[in-house]
Amino acid sequence: MKYATQKLAYPYFIAALSLFLVQVLAGVLAGSIYAIPNFLSESLPFHIIRMIHTNALLVWLLLGYFGAAYFLIPEESERDIHSPRVAWLQLFIFVFAALSAVVSYLSGIHEGREFLEQPLWIKVLLVIAFLLFLYNVSMTVLKGRKTVVTTILLLGMWGAALLFLFAFYNPSNLALDKMYWWYVVHVWVEGVWELIMASMLAFLLIKMTGVDREVIEKWLYVVVGLALFSGLLGTGHHYYWIGTPGYWQWIGSLFSVLEVMPFFAMVLWCFHMVYRSGRNHPNKAAMLWSLGCPVMAFFGAGIWGLLHSFSPVNFYSHGTQITAAHGHMAFYGAYVMLNLAFFTYALPQLRNVQPYNQILNMWSFWVMTAAMAFMTFTLTFAGVLQTHLQRVVGMGFMEIQQQLGLFYWMRLLAGAVFLVGALVYLYAALGPASKQVSPSATLQPAIK
Amino acid sequence: MSERLTKSAARNIFYGGTAFFVILFIALSIHTHFYIVNTSTDESTLTESVARGKHVWERNACINCHSLLGEGAYFAPELGNVWVRYGGRDHPEGARMGLKAWMRAQPTRVPGRRQMPQFNLSEQELDDLIDFFEWTSRINTQGWPPNTAG
Repeated sequence: MKYATQKLAYPYFIAALSLFLVQVLAGVLAGSIYAIPNFLSESLPFHIIRMIHTNALLVWLLLGYFGAAYFLIPEESERDIHSPRVAWLQLFIFVFAALSAVVSYLSGIHEGREFLEQPLWIKVLLVIAFLLFLYNVSMTVLKGRKTVVTTILLLGMWGAALLFLFAFYNPSNLALDKMYWWYVVHVWVEGVWELIMASMLAFLLIKMTGVDREVIEKWLYVVVGLALFSGLLGTGHHYYWIGTPGYWQWIGSLFSVLEVMPFFAMVLWCFHMVYRSGRNHPNKAAMLWSLGCPVMAFFGAGIWGLLHSFSPVNFYSHGTQITAAHGHMAFYGAYVMLNLAFFTYALPQLRNVQPYNQILNMWSFWVMTAAMAFMTFTLTFAGVLQTHLQRVVGMGFMEIQQQLGLFYWMRLLAGAVFLVGALVYLYAALGPASKQVSPSATLQPAIK
Repeated sequence: MSERLTKSAARNIFYGGTAFFVILFIALSIHTHFYIVNTSTDESTLTESVARGKHVWERNACINCHSLLGEGAYFAPELGNVWVRYGGRDHPEGARMGLKAWMRAQPTRVPGRRQMPQFNLSEQELDDLIDFFEWTSRINTQGWPPNTAG
Protein backbone atom coordinates (compact mmCIF):
# COMPACT_ATOMS: atom_id res chain seq x y z
CA MET A 1 0.00 0.00 0.00
CA LYS A 2 1.66 3.16 -1.23
CA TYR A 3 -0.91 5.89 -0.64
CA ALA A 4 -2.42 6.95 2.67
CA THR A 5 -5.92 7.44 1.25
CA GLN A 6 -6.11 3.80 0.24
CA LYS A 7 -7.01 3.30 3.92
CA LEU A 8 -10.46 4.66 3.03
CA ALA A 9 -11.25 1.20 1.70
CA TYR A 10 -11.06 -0.32 5.19
CA PRO A 11 -14.28 1.12 6.68
CA TYR A 12 -16.08 0.35 3.40
CA PHE A 13 -15.01 -3.28 3.58
CA ILE A 14 -16.08 -3.57 7.22
CA ALA A 15 -19.50 -2.09 6.38
CA ALA A 16 -19.80 -4.40 3.40
CA LEU A 17 -18.93 -7.51 5.40
CA SER A 18 -21.40 -6.56 8.17
CA LEU A 19 -24.19 -6.32 5.63
CA PHE A 20 -23.00 -9.58 4.06
CA LEU A 21 -23.70 -11.22 7.39
CA VAL A 22 -27.14 -9.59 7.56
CA GLN A 23 -27.86 -10.87 4.07
CA VAL A 24 -26.85 -14.45 4.85
CA LEU A 25 -28.78 -14.46 8.14
CA ALA A 26 -31.90 -13.21 6.33
CA GLY A 27 -31.33 -15.90 3.72
CA VAL A 28 -31.19 -18.64 6.34
CA LEU A 29 -34.41 -17.30 7.90
CA ALA A 30 -36.14 -17.23 4.51
CA GLY A 31 -34.89 -20.75 3.82
CA SER A 32 -36.30 -21.87 7.18
CA ILE A 33 -39.74 -20.55 6.23
CA TYR A 34 -39.58 -22.58 3.01
CA ALA A 35 -38.99 -25.70 5.12
CA ILE A 36 -41.26 -24.80 8.07
CA PRO A 37 -44.04 -22.67 6.53
CA ASN A 38 -45.69 -21.50 9.74
CA PHE A 39 -42.40 -20.25 11.21
CA LEU A 40 -42.52 -16.47 11.91
CA SER A 41 -45.55 -16.19 9.63
CA GLU A 42 -47.24 -13.53 11.72
CA SER A 43 -44.35 -11.77 13.45
CA LEU A 44 -41.92 -11.42 10.54
CA PRO A 45 -43.53 -12.52 7.28
CA PHE A 46 -41.56 -13.92 4.35
CA HIS A 47 -41.83 -10.87 2.12
CA ILE A 48 -40.08 -8.63 4.67
CA ILE A 49 -37.22 -11.09 5.16
CA ARG A 50 -36.78 -11.46 1.42
CA MET A 51 -36.54 -7.70 0.94
CA ILE A 52 -33.79 -7.57 3.55
CA HIS A 53 -32.04 -10.55 1.93
CA THR A 54 -31.94 -9.05 -1.56
CA ASN A 55 -31.42 -5.40 -0.61
CA ALA A 56 -28.59 -6.17 1.81
CA LEU A 57 -26.90 -8.12 -0.99
CA LEU A 58 -27.06 -5.24 -3.45
CA VAL A 59 -25.93 -2.66 -0.94
CA TRP A 60 -22.99 -4.64 0.40
CA LEU A 61 -21.79 -5.48 -3.10
CA LEU A 62 -21.88 -1.76 -3.95
CA LEU A 63 -20.01 -0.92 -0.74
CA GLY A 64 -17.43 -3.48 -1.78
CA TYR A 65 -17.02 -1.85 -5.21
CA PHE A 66 -16.71 1.59 -3.64
CA GLY A 67 -14.07 0.35 -1.23
CA ALA A 68 -12.23 -1.47 -4.01
CA ALA A 69 -12.25 1.72 -6.09
CA TYR A 70 -10.79 3.74 -3.22
CA PHE A 71 -8.12 1.07 -2.81
CA LEU A 72 -7.10 0.57 -6.41
CA ILE A 73 -7.50 4.04 -7.91
CA PRO A 74 -4.60 5.65 -5.97
CA GLU A 75 -2.26 2.88 -7.12
CA GLU A 76 -3.48 3.10 -10.69
CA SER A 77 -3.65 6.90 -10.89
CA GLU A 78 -0.48 7.30 -8.81
CA ARG A 79 -1.99 9.92 -6.53
CA ASP A 80 -4.13 10.15 -3.40
CA ILE A 81 -7.94 10.21 -3.49
CA HIS A 82 -9.23 13.70 -4.26
CA SER A 83 -11.11 14.19 -0.97
CA PRO A 84 -11.08 11.75 1.94
CA ARG A 85 -13.80 13.80 3.65
CA VAL A 86 -16.17 13.31 0.73
CA ALA A 87 -15.41 9.59 0.87
CA TRP A 88 -16.33 9.47 4.57
CA LEU A 89 -19.48 11.50 3.97
CA GLN A 90 -20.44 9.14 1.16
CA LEU A 91 -19.94 6.12 3.40
CA PHE A 92 -22.00 7.69 6.17
CA ILE A 93 -24.90 8.52 3.84
CA PHE A 94 -24.82 5.11 2.17
CA VAL A 95 -24.77 3.12 5.40
CA PHE A 96 -27.41 5.37 6.96
CA ALA A 97 -29.63 4.80 3.90
CA ALA A 98 -29.09 1.04 4.09
CA LEU A 99 -29.89 0.82 7.80
CA SER A 100 -32.91 3.10 7.34
CA ALA A 101 -34.17 0.75 4.64
CA VAL A 102 -33.92 -2.24 6.97
CA VAL A 103 -35.76 -0.42 9.77
CA SER A 104 -38.32 0.80 7.26
CA TYR A 105 -38.98 -2.71 5.92
CA LEU A 106 -39.29 -4.11 9.44
CA SER A 107 -42.00 -1.52 10.12
CA GLY A 108 -43.76 -2.36 6.86
CA ILE A 109 -42.92 0.84 4.98
CA HIS A 110 -41.62 0.23 1.49
CA GLU A 111 -42.26 0.73 -2.18
CA GLY A 112 -43.20 -2.35 -4.10
CA ARG A 113 -41.13 -3.03 -7.16
CA GLU A 114 -38.81 -5.97 -6.67
CA PHE A 115 -35.31 -4.92 -5.46
CA LEU A 116 -36.33 -1.25 -5.70
CA GLU A 117 -38.42 -1.32 -2.52
CA GLN A 118 -36.53 1.52 -0.83
CA PRO A 119 -38.81 4.46 0.04
CA LEU A 120 -38.28 7.45 -2.26
CA TRP A 121 -36.19 9.48 0.20
CA ILE A 122 -33.81 6.53 0.65
CA LYS A 123 -33.46 6.20 -3.13
CA VAL A 124 -32.56 9.92 -3.23
CA LEU A 125 -29.93 9.41 -0.51
CA LEU A 126 -28.44 6.51 -2.46
CA VAL A 127 -28.17 8.70 -5.55
CA ILE A 128 -26.53 11.49 -3.54
CA ALA A 129 -23.97 9.05 -2.11
CA PHE A 130 -23.34 7.65 -5.58
CA LEU A 131 -22.78 11.16 -6.97
CA LEU A 132 -20.32 12.00 -4.18
CA PHE A 133 -18.44 8.83 -5.06
CA LEU A 134 -18.38 9.57 -8.78
CA TYR A 135 -17.19 13.12 -8.16
CA ASN A 136 -14.44 11.94 -5.84
CA VAL A 137 -13.03 9.15 -7.98
CA SER A 138 -13.47 10.97 -11.29
CA MET A 139 -11.47 13.93 -9.98
CA THR A 140 -8.74 11.58 -8.81
CA VAL A 141 -8.58 9.73 -12.11
CA LEU A 142 -8.67 12.89 -14.24
CA LYS A 143 -5.75 14.42 -12.40
CA GLY A 144 -3.66 11.24 -12.33
CA ARG A 145 -2.24 8.59 -14.60
CA LYS A 146 -4.86 7.15 -16.97
CA THR A 147 -5.05 3.38 -17.13
CA VAL A 148 -7.52 1.06 -18.81
CA VAL A 149 -8.41 -0.40 -15.40
CA THR A 150 -9.63 2.94 -14.03
CA THR A 151 -11.34 3.92 -17.29
CA ILE A 152 -13.39 0.72 -17.42
CA LEU A 153 -14.11 0.88 -13.68
CA LEU A 154 -15.42 4.45 -13.99
CA LEU A 155 -17.42 3.55 -17.08
CA GLY A 156 -19.08 0.77 -15.10
CA MET A 157 -19.75 3.01 -12.09
CA TRP A 158 -21.14 5.90 -14.14
CA GLY A 159 -23.29 3.45 -16.10
CA ALA A 160 -24.66 1.92 -12.90
CA ALA A 161 -25.53 5.35 -11.51
CA LEU A 162 -27.24 6.55 -14.69
CA LEU A 163 -29.25 3.36 -15.08
CA PHE A 164 -30.42 3.59 -11.45
CA LEU A 165 -32.32 6.73 -12.47
CA PHE A 166 -34.88 4.41 -14.13
CA ALA A 167 -35.77 3.36 -10.58
CA PHE A 168 -37.56 6.72 -10.31
CA TYR A 169 -39.78 6.04 -13.32
CA ASN A 170 -42.80 3.97 -12.41
CA PRO A 171 -45.54 4.15 -15.05
CA SER A 172 -49.07 2.89 -14.31
CA ASN A 173 -48.86 0.60 -17.32
CA LEU A 174 -47.47 -2.62 -15.83
CA ALA A 175 -45.81 -3.79 -19.07
CA LEU A 176 -43.98 -0.47 -19.45
CA ASP A 177 -43.01 -0.57 -15.78
CA LYS A 178 -41.49 -4.02 -16.26
CA MET A 179 -39.68 -3.06 -19.44
CA TYR A 180 -37.85 -0.16 -17.81
CA TRP A 181 -37.38 -2.01 -14.50
CA TRP A 182 -35.08 -4.39 -16.38
CA TYR A 183 -32.98 -1.40 -17.46
CA VAL A 184 -31.86 -1.23 -13.85
CA VAL A 185 -31.86 -4.90 -12.97
CA HIS A 186 -30.54 -6.65 -16.07
CA VAL A 187 -28.28 -3.94 -17.46
CA TRP A 188 -26.70 -3.67 -14.01
CA VAL A 189 -25.84 -7.30 -13.40
CA GLU A 190 -25.36 -8.44 -16.99
CA GLY A 191 -23.91 -5.18 -18.27
CA VAL A 192 -22.19 -2.44 -16.33
CA TRP A 193 -21.42 -4.57 -13.27
CA GLU A 194 -19.41 -6.86 -15.52
CA LEU A 195 -17.26 -3.83 -16.34
CA ILE A 196 -16.65 -3.28 -12.63
CA MET A 197 -15.96 -7.00 -12.18
CA ALA A 198 -13.50 -7.22 -15.08
CA SER A 199 -11.57 -4.13 -14.01
CA MET A 200 -11.28 -5.33 -10.40
CA LEU A 201 -10.06 -8.72 -11.65
CA ALA A 202 -7.61 -6.97 -13.97
CA PHE A 203 -6.15 -5.05 -11.03
CA LEU A 204 -5.81 -8.23 -8.97
CA LEU A 205 -4.13 -10.01 -11.90
CA ILE A 206 -1.69 -7.15 -12.50
CA LYS A 207 -0.73 -7.11 -8.82
CA MET A 208 -0.59 -10.82 -8.15
CA THR A 209 0.73 -12.35 -11.36
CA GLY A 210 3.14 -9.60 -12.37
CA VAL A 211 2.22 -10.18 -16.03
CA ASP A 212 2.77 -7.16 -18.26
CA ARG A 213 -0.02 -4.59 -17.86
CA GLU A 214 -0.31 -4.22 -21.66
CA VAL A 215 -1.30 -7.87 -22.01
CA ILE A 216 -3.80 -7.80 -19.16
CA GLU A 217 -5.40 -4.59 -20.37
CA LYS A 218 -5.81 -5.91 -23.89
CA TRP A 219 -7.72 -8.85 -22.45
CA LEU A 220 -9.73 -6.45 -20.33
CA TYR A 221 -11.02 -4.70 -23.47
CA VAL A 222 -11.92 -8.02 -25.02
CA VAL A 223 -13.81 -9.21 -21.91
CA VAL A 224 -15.83 -6.02 -21.40
CA GLY A 225 -16.50 -5.83 -25.13
CA LEU A 226 -17.97 -9.32 -25.08
CA ALA A 227 -19.96 -8.40 -21.95
CA LEU A 228 -21.65 -5.38 -23.48
CA PHE A 229 -22.08 -6.73 -27.02
CA SER A 230 -23.93 -9.75 -25.62
CA GLY A 231 -25.45 -8.26 -22.47
CA LEU A 232 -27.32 -5.26 -23.88
CA LEU A 233 -29.46 -7.17 -26.36
CA GLY A 234 -29.38 -10.11 -23.93
CA THR A 235 -31.95 -8.05 -22.02
CA GLY A 236 -34.25 -9.64 -24.59
CA HIS A 237 -34.46 -12.84 -22.55
CA HIS A 238 -36.52 -10.87 -20.02
CA TYR A 239 -38.79 -9.49 -22.74
CA TYR A 240 -40.44 -12.77 -23.74
CA TRP A 241 -43.71 -12.77 -21.79
CA ILE A 242 -44.34 -9.34 -20.29
CA GLY A 243 -46.23 -7.67 -23.11
CA THR A 244 -43.21 -6.97 -25.32
CA PRO A 245 -43.01 -7.83 -29.06
CA GLY A 246 -42.41 -11.41 -30.24
CA TYR A 247 -39.12 -10.58 -31.97
CA TRP A 248 -37.46 -10.46 -28.55
CA GLN A 249 -37.75 -14.25 -28.43
CA TRP A 250 -35.29 -14.46 -31.32
CA ILE A 251 -33.00 -11.68 -30.12
CA GLY A 252 -33.07 -12.85 -26.50
CA SER A 253 -32.34 -16.48 -27.37
CA LEU A 254 -29.44 -15.60 -29.68
CA PHE A 255 -27.76 -13.10 -27.36
CA SER A 256 -28.25 -15.31 -24.29
CA VAL A 257 -25.93 -17.85 -25.92
CA LEU A 258 -23.41 -15.08 -26.50
CA GLU A 259 -23.70 -13.95 -22.88
CA VAL A 260 -21.72 -17.03 -21.84
CA MET A 261 -18.71 -15.73 -23.75
CA PRO A 262 -17.54 -12.92 -21.47
CA PHE A 263 -17.58 -15.31 -18.51
CA PHE A 264 -15.71 -17.97 -20.44
CA ALA A 265 -13.20 -15.34 -21.55
CA MET A 266 -12.72 -14.33 -17.90
CA VAL A 267 -11.89 -17.93 -16.94
CA LEU A 268 -9.34 -18.21 -19.76
CA TRP A 269 -7.92 -14.80 -18.94
CA CYS A 270 -7.38 -15.42 -15.22
CA PHE A 271 -5.97 -18.92 -15.59
CA HIS A 272 -3.79 -17.96 -18.54
CA MET A 273 -2.30 -14.99 -16.69
CA VAL A 274 -1.60 -17.02 -13.55
CA TYR A 275 -0.09 -19.82 -15.62
CA ARG A 276 2.03 -17.37 -17.55
CA SER A 277 3.36 -15.57 -14.50
CA GLY A 278 4.99 -18.55 -12.87
CA ARG A 279 5.31 -16.38 -9.80
CA ASN A 280 4.06 -17.41 -6.38
CA HIS A 281 2.26 -14.55 -4.75
CA PRO A 282 2.35 -14.92 -0.96
CA ASN A 283 -1.39 -14.23 -0.62
CA LYS A 284 -2.53 -17.65 -1.79
CA ALA A 285 -6.05 -17.19 -0.45
CA ALA A 286 -6.56 -14.10 -2.61
CA MET A 287 -5.29 -16.07 -5.60
CA LEU A 288 -7.75 -18.87 -4.87
CA TRP A 289 -10.69 -16.47 -4.73
CA SER A 290 -9.54 -14.66 -7.88
CA LEU A 291 -9.48 -17.92 -9.82
CA GLY A 292 -12.65 -19.28 -8.21
CA CYS A 293 -14.65 -16.18 -9.02
CA PRO A 294 -14.61 -16.43 -12.84
CA VAL A 295 -15.13 -20.20 -12.68
CA MET A 296 -18.23 -19.98 -10.49
CA ALA A 297 -19.46 -16.96 -12.47
CA PHE A 298 -19.11 -19.02 -15.64
CA PHE A 299 -21.23 -21.81 -14.17
CA GLY A 300 -23.73 -19.69 -12.24
CA ALA A 301 -24.25 -16.78 -14.59
CA GLY A 302 -23.16 -18.45 -17.83
CA ILE A 303 -24.30 -22.06 -17.80
CA TRP A 304 -27.21 -21.79 -15.35
CA GLY A 305 -28.38 -18.72 -17.23
CA LEU A 306 -28.19 -20.42 -20.60
CA LEU A 307 -30.06 -23.40 -19.15
CA HIS A 308 -33.36 -21.54 -19.16
CA SER A 309 -32.91 -18.53 -21.42
CA PHE A 310 -33.91 -20.05 -24.77
CA SER A 311 -37.42 -18.78 -25.29
CA PRO A 312 -39.03 -22.22 -25.95
CA VAL A 313 -37.47 -23.50 -22.70
CA ASN A 314 -38.24 -20.34 -20.78
CA PHE A 315 -41.90 -20.61 -21.84
CA TYR A 316 -42.08 -23.54 -19.40
CA SER A 317 -39.44 -22.66 -16.82
CA HIS A 318 -40.15 -18.92 -16.41
CA GLY A 319 -40.78 -17.92 -12.80
CA THR A 320 -40.00 -21.26 -11.17
CA GLN A 321 -37.32 -22.37 -8.71
CA ILE A 322 -34.96 -22.72 -11.70
CA THR A 323 -34.71 -18.94 -11.73
CA ALA A 324 -33.94 -18.98 -8.01
CA ALA A 325 -31.19 -21.57 -8.57
CA HIS A 326 -29.58 -19.45 -11.29
CA GLY A 327 -29.89 -16.25 -9.25
CA HIS A 328 -28.10 -17.70 -6.24
CA MET A 329 -25.08 -19.15 -8.00
CA ALA A 330 -24.77 -16.25 -10.43
CA PHE A 331 -24.65 -13.61 -7.71
CA TYR A 332 -22.36 -15.69 -5.56
CA GLY A 333 -19.95 -16.62 -8.35
CA ALA A 334 -19.75 -13.30 -10.09
CA TYR A 335 -20.12 -10.60 -7.50
CA VAL A 336 -19.86 -12.08 -4.00
CA MET A 337 -16.68 -13.98 -4.82
CA LEU A 338 -15.29 -10.96 -6.63
CA ASN A 339 -15.64 -8.83 -3.52
CA LEU A 340 -14.38 -11.56 -1.20
CA ALA A 341 -11.36 -11.96 -3.50
CA PHE A 342 -10.64 -8.25 -3.37
CA PHE A 343 -11.08 -8.07 0.42
CA THR A 344 -8.77 -11.06 0.85
CA TYR A 345 -6.16 -9.32 -1.25
CA ALA A 346 -6.49 -5.85 0.29
CA LEU A 347 -7.31 -6.41 3.97
CA PRO A 348 -3.86 -7.66 5.03
CA GLN A 349 -2.36 -4.49 3.54
CA LEU A 350 -5.02 -2.26 5.09
CA ARG A 351 -4.45 -3.87 8.48
CA ASN A 352 -0.73 -3.78 7.92
CA VAL A 353 -0.11 -7.46 8.56
CA GLN A 354 1.24 -10.29 6.47
CA PRO A 355 -1.32 -12.45 4.68
CA TYR A 356 -2.80 -14.13 7.70
CA ASN A 357 -5.22 -16.90 8.55
CA GLN A 358 -4.85 -18.09 4.98
CA ILE A 359 -5.75 -21.66 5.79
CA LEU A 360 -9.00 -20.58 7.46
CA ASN A 361 -9.76 -18.21 4.61
CA MET A 362 -9.28 -20.98 2.06
CA TRP A 363 -11.46 -23.30 4.13
CA SER A 364 -14.19 -20.68 4.02
CA PHE A 365 -13.79 -20.56 0.23
CA TRP A 366 -14.45 -24.27 -0.14
CA VAL A 367 -17.25 -24.38 2.45
CA MET A 368 -19.16 -21.45 0.96
CA THR A 369 -18.59 -22.53 -2.62
CA ALA A 370 -19.62 -26.13 -1.97
CA ALA A 371 -22.68 -25.01 0.00
CA MET A 372 -23.75 -22.64 -2.77
CA ALA A 373 -23.23 -25.33 -5.41
CA PHE A 374 -25.35 -27.77 -3.38
CA MET A 375 -28.06 -25.15 -2.87
CA THR A 376 -28.09 -24.49 -6.61
CA PHE A 377 -28.44 -28.19 -7.39
CA THR A 378 -31.34 -28.71 -4.96
CA LEU A 379 -33.17 -25.66 -6.31
CA THR A 380 -32.54 -26.81 -9.88
CA PHE A 381 -34.07 -30.22 -9.17
CA ALA A 382 -36.98 -28.56 -7.36
CA GLY A 383 -37.41 -26.26 -10.34
CA VAL A 384 -37.41 -29.02 -12.92
CA LEU A 385 -40.03 -30.93 -10.96
CA GLN A 386 -42.09 -27.78 -10.48
CA THR A 387 -41.86 -26.92 -14.19
CA HIS A 388 -43.16 -30.34 -15.15
CA LEU A 389 -45.99 -30.48 -12.61
CA GLN A 390 -47.10 -26.89 -13.03
CA ARG A 391 -46.48 -26.04 -16.66
CA VAL A 392 -46.93 -29.42 -18.32
CA VAL A 393 -49.35 -31.29 -16.05
CA GLY A 394 -51.14 -28.14 -14.86
CA MET A 395 -51.22 -28.94 -11.13
CA GLY A 396 -51.88 -26.05 -8.72
CA PHE A 397 -48.94 -24.08 -7.32
CA MET A 398 -49.52 -24.74 -3.60
CA GLU A 399 -50.08 -28.46 -4.13
CA ILE A 400 -46.77 -28.72 -5.98
CA GLN A 401 -44.89 -26.82 -3.30
CA GLN A 402 -45.95 -29.45 -0.75
CA GLN A 403 -44.20 -32.02 -2.94
CA LEU A 404 -40.95 -30.08 -2.92
CA GLY A 405 -40.41 -30.13 0.85
CA LEU A 406 -37.39 -32.42 0.74
CA PHE A 407 -35.56 -30.06 -1.63
CA TYR A 408 -36.31 -27.10 0.59
CA TRP A 409 -34.92 -28.92 3.63
CA MET A 410 -31.73 -29.68 1.71
CA ARG A 411 -31.56 -26.04 0.61
CA LEU A 412 -31.89 -24.94 4.24
CA LEU A 413 -29.05 -27.29 5.17
CA ALA A 414 -26.90 -25.78 2.42
CA GLY A 415 -27.79 -22.32 3.68
CA ALA A 416 -26.77 -23.18 7.24
CA VAL A 417 -23.44 -24.54 6.00
CA PHE A 418 -22.97 -21.38 3.95
CA LEU A 419 -23.53 -19.32 7.09
CA VAL A 420 -20.77 -21.28 8.84
CA GLY A 421 -18.47 -20.61 5.87
CA ALA A 422 -19.30 -16.91 5.97
CA LEU A 423 -18.51 -16.73 9.70
CA VAL A 424 -15.19 -18.46 9.11
CA TYR A 425 -14.40 -15.94 6.38
CA LEU A 426 -15.27 -13.02 8.66
CA TYR A 427 -13.02 -14.40 11.38
CA ALA A 428 -10.18 -15.04 8.94
CA ALA A 429 -10.49 -11.58 7.40
CA LEU A 430 -11.17 -9.40 10.42
CA GLY A 431 -10.30 -11.51 13.47
CA PRO A 432 -7.04 -11.47 15.41
CA ALA A 433 -4.04 -11.78 13.14
CA SER A 434 -1.66 -13.26 15.64
CA LYS A 435 -0.54 -16.46 14.03
CA GLN A 436 0.92 -16.80 10.61
CA VAL A 437 0.77 -20.21 9.02
CA SER A 438 2.38 -20.68 5.66
CA PRO A 439 0.05 -22.67 3.42
CA SER A 440 2.89 -24.31 1.56
CA ALA A 441 4.79 -25.15 4.74
CA THR A 442 8.02 -25.34 2.81
CA LEU A 443 9.94 -22.68 4.61
CA GLN A 444 13.60 -23.06 3.85
CA PRO A 445 16.47 -21.45 5.67
CA ALA A 446 17.74 -18.41 3.90
CA ILE A 447 20.93 -18.97 2.01
CA LYS A 448 23.34 -16.14 2.00
CA MET B 1 -4.52 -14.02 -27.11
CA SER B 2 -2.31 -13.90 -30.14
CA GLU B 3 -0.16 -10.99 -31.22
CA ARG B 4 -2.50 -10.25 -34.10
CA LEU B 5 -4.88 -8.25 -31.93
CA THR B 6 -3.20 -5.10 -30.67
CA LYS B 7 -4.36 -3.24 -27.58
CA SER B 8 -5.52 -0.22 -29.54
CA ALA B 9 -7.47 -2.46 -31.91
CA ALA B 10 -9.13 -4.12 -28.89
CA ARG B 11 -9.98 -0.67 -27.52
CA ASN B 12 -11.49 0.50 -30.81
CA ILE B 13 -13.57 -2.66 -31.14
CA PHE B 14 -14.83 -2.20 -27.58
CA TYR B 15 -15.90 1.43 -28.00
CA GLY B 16 -17.21 1.04 -31.54
CA GLY B 17 -19.11 -2.15 -30.77
CA THR B 18 -20.56 -0.76 -27.56
CA ALA B 19 -21.80 2.36 -29.36
CA PHE B 20 -23.40 0.16 -32.03
CA PHE B 21 -25.20 -2.07 -29.53
CA VAL B 22 -26.32 0.84 -27.34
CA ILE B 23 -27.91 2.53 -30.35
CA LEU B 24 -29.53 -0.72 -31.49
CA PHE B 25 -30.87 -1.38 -28.00
CA ILE B 26 -32.32 2.12 -27.71
CA ALA B 27 -33.95 1.84 -31.15
CA LEU B 28 -35.56 -1.49 -30.26
CA SER B 29 -36.61 -0.07 -26.87
CA ILE B 30 -38.42 2.82 -28.55
CA HIS B 31 -40.26 0.42 -30.83
CA THR B 32 -41.11 -1.80 -27.86
CA HIS B 33 -42.38 1.17 -25.86
CA PHE B 34 -44.87 2.06 -28.59
CA TYR B 35 -45.80 -1.58 -29.14
CA ILE B 36 -46.73 -1.84 -25.44
CA VAL B 37 -48.72 1.39 -25.42
CA ASN B 38 -50.55 0.77 -28.69
CA THR B 39 -50.77 -2.97 -29.20
CA SER B 40 -50.08 -5.35 -26.32
CA THR B 41 -51.84 -3.49 -23.52
CA ASP B 42 -55.21 -1.78 -23.44
CA GLU B 43 -54.41 1.80 -22.43
CA SER B 44 -58.04 2.86 -22.93
CA THR B 45 -59.13 0.72 -19.97
CA LEU B 46 -56.16 1.69 -17.79
CA THR B 47 -58.46 3.55 -15.41
CA GLU B 48 -57.78 5.41 -12.21
CA SER B 49 -58.74 2.35 -10.22
CA VAL B 50 -56.29 0.12 -12.14
CA ALA B 51 -53.52 2.62 -11.39
CA ARG B 52 -54.55 2.78 -7.72
CA GLY B 53 -54.67 -1.02 -7.64
CA LYS B 54 -51.08 -1.15 -8.88
CA HIS B 55 -50.13 1.02 -5.91
CA VAL B 56 -51.96 -1.28 -3.53
CA TRP B 57 -49.94 -4.11 -5.06
CA GLU B 58 -46.71 -2.16 -4.53
CA ARG B 59 -47.42 -0.72 -1.09
CA ASN B 60 -47.87 -4.23 0.28
CA ALA B 61 -44.81 -5.66 -1.53
CA CYS B 62 -46.91 -8.51 -2.95
CA ILE B 63 -44.06 -9.17 -5.41
CA ASN B 64 -41.84 -10.42 -2.59
CA CYS B 65 -43.94 -13.59 -2.25
CA HIS B 66 -45.97 -13.81 -5.46
CA SER B 67 -44.89 -13.52 -9.07
CA LEU B 68 -46.57 -11.32 -11.66
CA LEU B 69 -46.06 -12.37 -15.28
CA GLY B 70 -43.44 -14.76 -13.92
CA GLU B 71 -41.35 -12.14 -12.13
CA GLY B 72 -41.08 -11.79 -8.38
CA ALA B 73 -40.47 -14.21 -5.56
CA TYR B 74 -41.48 -17.78 -6.26
CA PHE B 75 -42.91 -18.37 -2.80
CA ALA B 76 -46.59 -17.88 -3.65
CA PRO B 77 -48.75 -18.37 -6.77
CA GLU B 78 -48.49 -16.43 -10.04
CA LEU B 79 -51.08 -13.64 -10.10
CA GLY B 80 -50.77 -12.35 -13.69
CA ASN B 81 -53.56 -14.75 -14.59
CA VAL B 82 -55.30 -15.02 -11.20
CA TRP B 83 -58.35 -13.33 -12.72
CA VAL B 84 -58.58 -16.06 -15.35
CA ARG B 85 -57.90 -18.80 -12.79
CA TYR B 86 -60.83 -17.55 -10.69
CA GLY B 87 -63.06 -17.67 -13.77
CA GLY B 88 -63.24 -13.89 -14.12
CA ARG B 89 -63.61 -13.99 -17.90
CA ASP B 90 -66.94 -15.78 -17.70
CA HIS B 91 -68.16 -14.77 -14.24
CA PRO B 92 -66.55 -11.47 -13.24
CA GLU B 93 -68.74 -10.95 -10.19
CA GLY B 94 -68.06 -14.43 -8.84
CA ALA B 95 -64.31 -14.03 -9.35
CA ARG B 96 -64.33 -10.66 -7.59
CA MET B 97 -66.21 -12.07 -4.61
CA GLY B 98 -63.96 -15.12 -4.49
CA LEU B 99 -60.74 -13.06 -4.51
CA LYS B 100 -62.02 -10.70 -1.81
CA ALA B 101 -63.13 -13.57 0.39
CA TRP B 102 -59.75 -15.25 -0.02
CA MET B 103 -57.74 -12.17 0.95
CA ARG B 104 -60.02 -11.46 3.91
CA ALA B 105 -59.63 -15.02 5.20
CA GLN B 106 -55.84 -14.77 5.55
CA PRO B 107 -53.88 -16.03 7.35
CA THR B 108 -55.36 -19.52 7.19
CA ARG B 109 -53.11 -20.77 10.01
CA VAL B 110 -53.26 -24.25 8.48
CA PRO B 111 -50.22 -26.14 9.86
CA GLY B 112 -47.55 -26.95 7.27
CA ARG B 113 -48.99 -24.54 4.70
CA ARG B 114 -47.40 -21.25 3.64
CA GLN B 115 -49.17 -18.32 5.23
CA MET B 116 -50.28 -15.08 3.61
CA PRO B 117 -50.45 -12.17 6.06
CA GLN B 118 -53.65 -10.18 6.68
CA PHE B 119 -53.13 -6.83 4.96
CA ASN B 120 -56.41 -5.29 6.17
CA LEU B 121 -57.28 -3.81 2.78
CA SER B 122 -60.37 -1.62 2.59
CA GLU B 123 -63.27 -2.43 0.26
CA GLN B 124 -62.01 0.25 -2.13
CA GLU B 125 -58.43 -1.10 -2.06
CA LEU B 126 -59.66 -4.64 -2.70
CA ASP B 127 -61.70 -3.45 -5.69
CA ASP B 128 -58.78 -1.46 -7.08
CA LEU B 129 -56.39 -4.37 -6.68
CA ILE B 130 -58.79 -6.72 -8.43
CA ASP B 131 -59.25 -4.19 -11.26
CA PHE B 132 -55.46 -4.20 -11.61
CA PHE B 133 -55.43 -8.03 -11.82
CA GLU B 134 -58.23 -7.95 -14.37
CA TRP B 135 -56.36 -5.40 -16.53
CA THR B 136 -53.09 -7.34 -16.20
CA SER B 137 -54.76 -10.57 -17.33
CA ARG B 138 -55.52 -8.88 -20.68
CA ILE B 139 -51.88 -7.99 -21.51
CA ASN B 140 -50.76 -9.84 -24.64
CA THR B 141 -48.01 -12.04 -23.20
CA GLN B 142 -47.28 -14.11 -26.33
CA GLY B 143 -49.37 -16.97 -24.93
CA TRP B 144 -47.65 -17.28 -21.55
CA PRO B 145 -48.33 -18.98 -19.12
CA PRO B 146 -48.86 -22.39 -20.73
CA ASN B 147 -51.96 -23.12 -18.62
CA THR B 148 -54.14 -21.49 -15.96
CA ALA B 149 -52.02 -22.95 -13.13
CA GLY B 150 -49.75 -19.96 -13.89
